[in-house]
Amino acid sequence: MAKQSKPRIAVWKFASCDGCQLSLLDCEDELLAVAGTVEIANFAEASRAMQPGPYTVSLVEGSITTPHDAERIHKIRRDSQVLITIGACATAGGVQALRNFKDVKDFFNTVYASPHYIETLAKSTPISDHVRVDYELRGCPINKMQLLEVLNAFLNGRKPNIFPHSVCMECKMRGTPCVMVAQGMPCLGPVTHAGCNALCPSFARGCFGCFGPKETPNTASMSSQFQKMGLKDDDIVRAFRSFNACADPFRKESEAHEK
Amino acid sequence: MKSRTIKVDYLARVEGEGGILVKVKDDQVTEVKLNIFEPPRFFEAWLRGRLYKEVPDLTARICGICPVAYQMSSCHAIESAFGQKPDGMIRELRRLLYCGEWIESHSLHIHLLHAPDFLGYQDALAMAKDFPKEVERGLRIKKLGNDIMTTVGGREIHPINVRVGGFYKSPSKKDIRAYIEPLKKARDEAVETLRLMATLKFPNFEQDYVFVSLRHPTEYPLCEGNVVSSNGLNIPVSDYEKHFQEEHIPHANALHSKMLGTGAYLVGPLARYALNYDRLTPLAQSEAKKAGLEKVVKNPFKGIVVRAVELLWAIEEALRICESYEVPEKPFIEMTPKASMGSGMSEAPRGILYHRYRLDENGYVLDAKITPPTSQNQKQMEDDLRAYVEQNLDQPHDKLTWQCEQAIRNYDPCISCATHAIRLDILRD
Repeated sequence: MAKQSKPRIAVWKFASCDGCQLSLLDCEDELLAVAGTVEIANFAEASRAMQPGPYTVSLVEGSITTPHDAERIHKIRRDSQVLITIGACATAGGVQALRNFKDVKDFFNTVYASPHYIETLAKSTPISDHVRVDYELRGCPINKMQLLEVLNAFLNGRKPNIFPHSVCMECKMRGTPCVMVAQGMPCLGPVTHAGCNALCPSFARGCFGCFGPKETPNTASMSSQFQKMGLKDDDIVRAFRSFNACADPFRKESEAHEK
Repeated sequence: MKSRTIKVDYLARVEGEGGILVKVKDDQVTEVKLNIFEPPRFFEAWLRGRLYKEVPDLTARICGICPVAYQMSSCHAIESAFGQKPDGMIRELRRLLYCGEWIESHSLHIHLLHAPDFLGYQDALAMAKDFPKEVERGLRIKKLGNDIMTTVGGREIHPINVRVGGFYKSPSKKDIRAYIEPLKKARDEAVETLRLMATLKFPNFEQDYVFVSLRHPTEYPLCEGNVVSSNGLNIPVSDYEKHFQEEHIPHANALHSKMLGTGAYLVGPLARYALNYDRLTPLAQSEAKKAGLEKVVKNPFKGIVVRAVELLWAIEEALRICESYEVPEKPFIEMTPKASMGSGMSEAPRGILYHRYRLDENGYVLDAKITPPTSQNQKQMEDDLRAYVEQNLDQPHDKLTWQCEQAIRNYDPCISCATHAIRLDILRD
């Protein structure tokens, strides 16, 4: 029987903080084992050896914010059998999508002395706005165990075991008393996608939405609960506008409260 | 010469692919450019209008490798604006969290990103085939740093337990004390790491740097102290902008910093070590000496050894805190916002990170300024390249190319640049 060649993995970066790629290197216990079963063909963060495609699986971090990147993602798509986006930047435009609500020209003058050197798109957009994406892994940052699960699933031709339910479900599962009901803290848990194991409520703070909207979020009900708790429109806008500000349900809800 | 649009994430300024261009004519280097192309993310612009409480969580997203640095600089700047300062165990816990980040970041750079250069491997995975024990040890130390961050901060990337005024929740004494034994073991392992790094072969190359770092009256610096330099500067953090300026240059969308009256300067491990050698623990000092380091190291390639000294120090400091930890009465102090301006600085693994905020009477951000270490080092990195190429023109092209990459990786400029994503064109006329 012919010896099967190892699956070829590539990791790509667009506009982002590098944290989601780092999750892979943060799998200290599994790193050498994973590296033994796949060929890491292109992972600039970890290796000087950069091999051309085709790739079995490409992991893409970051959002599209420049004309050059909008081109680059198409080539990566063509070279990849499976394309998985990892993290809030790649799946929803990230924190830098906060620019989408303002005029980007004003930003240049805030940040750069010589704006004419810069070429950037007015919007920060998720990868799926540009190319077909096979799977989106949420989180700011992603959960590294989920990353291993997704990789494992695709390499073995099965569906990833990642739950689309809310952070509330995770809170219940780990037995954390509800911080909103018991302590009156604003918490986005009811509308936020699971994946962090309900971390913030276990640290005595409300969820602030790192993983973006859950599958079918009732954001209007969330806002009315916030209003009952005394939050003003402006507070609600800011609550929905962080790392997943341009994920549709969060964007629409924040716009509904904008004056 | 290849021309392309070069972009840098303005705030992280340290991420993504970088390019180097060195032009040589008649054995003279005529042009040196370190290009980092990463799109701007405009943090300073959209931070305007955010409430002070949100700032540490938002600025953390500038860098996934050193989020705690951003959180600490933010908190200190805002606390200084409001004129309130958490102390005692809260301060100790912050130091512990920061040590966790230093341990993780330094160990990552030493073992996974930098050592392969010296040993001639493309990456740590290839290196692991010949040096399995050493790479595994590096991963073990790195993991301990991450574990500490997870216990104190909730998770290792973008911790969620940090707030202006302290923490949301104090870790239990039992959870912190659990690190005493692993840290003792890591201390021994860090000594082995340092001794191994001291055996690497370093190019014969020294630069007359102007070092800049924080300096504290009694401690090796993390979040507090004056800004000092090797050419006599000694100022409070609030005067930083009077002495350092940023300029935007065409080939990088980062802002290059320069020290007024001096020009290029260097921040990071070499600078901290040179200016704070007397604040290291006795063990770190004696091991540095055994590793053959002078009290001031001017060879940037030896940065890997200095980083290993700092790794040892961070482990010892974390151990000291864990041994004396008591749960604070309250994990945070209440903040009272007021219309104000405040600056804060901390020593990120890569060097000083400056934040300044202007806030209104309700604590909303009117204006923000953030200067990360890598943009401060960019001028110096280009100067290093120029000098290095001039002294090594007789080297074969491939070897010189790799050494130029290494000259940049000496700075641990960012995980992507530092990990072999640098494209180098040397044009010879």
